Amino acid sequence: MILEFSRIKLSEKMERINAIKTIANQIDDELVVCNIGFPSRELYQVKDSPNHFYMLGSMGMASSIGLGLAIAQARKVIVFDGDGSVLMNLGSLVTIYNQAPENLILVVIDNECYGSTGSQCTYASTVDLGEVAQSIGFKNNFKFSESGEINFQPVLEAEGPIFVHLKVKAGNADVPIIDMTPEEIISRFMKEIKEKEIK
Amino acid sequence: MDSTQAVYQALKEAGINFIVSIPCVNLSKLLEMVECDSKITHVPVTREEEGFGIAAGAYMGGMKPAILMQNSGLGNSVNVLASLYQLYKIPILMVMSHRGTEGEFMSAQIPMGNATPRVLESLELPYFKPSTPEKALKDIKKAWEISESKGVPVGILLEITFW
Ligand SMILES: Cc1ncc(C[n+]2csc(CCOP(=O)(O)OP(=O)(O)O)c2C)c(N)n1
Ligand SMILES: [Mg+2]
Repeated sequence: MILEFSRIKLSEKMERINAIKTIANQIDDELVVCNIGFPSRELYQVKDSPNHFYMLGSMGMASSIGLGLAIAQARKVIVFDGDGSVLMNLGSLVTIYNQAPENLILVVIDNECYGSTGSQCTYASTVDLGEVAQSIGFKNNFKFSESGEINFQPVLEAEGPIFVHLKVKAGNADVPIIDMTPEEIISRFMKEIKEKEIK
Repeated sequence: MDSTQAVYQALKEAGINFIVSIPCVNLSKLLEMVECDSKITHVPVTREEEGFGIAAGAYMGGMKPAILMQNSGLGNSVNVLASLYQLYKIPILMVMSHRGTEGEFMSAQIPMGNATPRVLESLELPYFKPSTPEKALKDIKKAWEISESKGVPVGILLEITFW
């Protein structure tokens, strides 16, 4: 009985903002590309850093921006992507697999819906995006689907490209919009990259 | 001067060192040269829009990016050009084989061929239409200068008669 209870309790998913916060608090020097809409607003609310690039448009491009960044420079890149956005640019997984950047971690925050536009369902409820990544050939795959602490250390220690499937609850936190201009976001980010360039 | 050689030389002189691509038959020789160049990182992509995303990331990482594509790829990329490139003022050189122009043998290419200059104009993106290799050599270098200094994508339309 007790076991059953704890199983039920454990299988409850996290809220996206808490998942983002838990991971953001475990990373330090990594560059972060964050998806359009509420994910960027939530990250900005829980932790802001010059290491963050917040997307304000171009749905679907998070994993591609992350790939280009990972190829161009040596620092580790973490992408916070969404299930709907990955589905819009599924070819990106094939390109990432083929280019195989060791310094790229793709975290797909999967709430099985287009959360930022009112939680309309995506096909991620019937198609397992982690299995899609595996079938493409991704060797290092992680899945977090239950509430409780996400231990991100093994992900940070694995060799990229890494696919992280992060199952979360639908719904957005009550957070304000990002009060930085696009130019402020990109120039701060590029300055940070340039100043701390690893040769 | 050979047309492909002119475009390649201009890309080199402009300092382009990161290229994403989707083939067009008119670009095949150029793509081979780019692939063999150890000083250029070449990333073949699955869709032009994706290529623009990758090139934007590479630019933030310090590279000088270009995309090699057919003009039809511009149609696949309108939103990324507006809501990533224009929004954040990101430069890129867009070298396009412009199909559906004089001498086109495939009727399917004509509608997008006709729309191409006006798609660029509606996005308020500058473009050059060099008609000879000599002009291409000059225009491509100028285009990258404008792109980098203004933070704007600049097009190079290479019509069928150019090749
Ligand atoms: C090309 C395009 N189509 C649609 C939208 C509207 N839109 C903005 S965010 C979003 C949902 C993204 O869903 P997902 O990637 O799953 O992220 P979530 O908000 O669920 O975390 C949509 C549909 C858009 N901005 N651009
Ligand atoms: Mg979603």
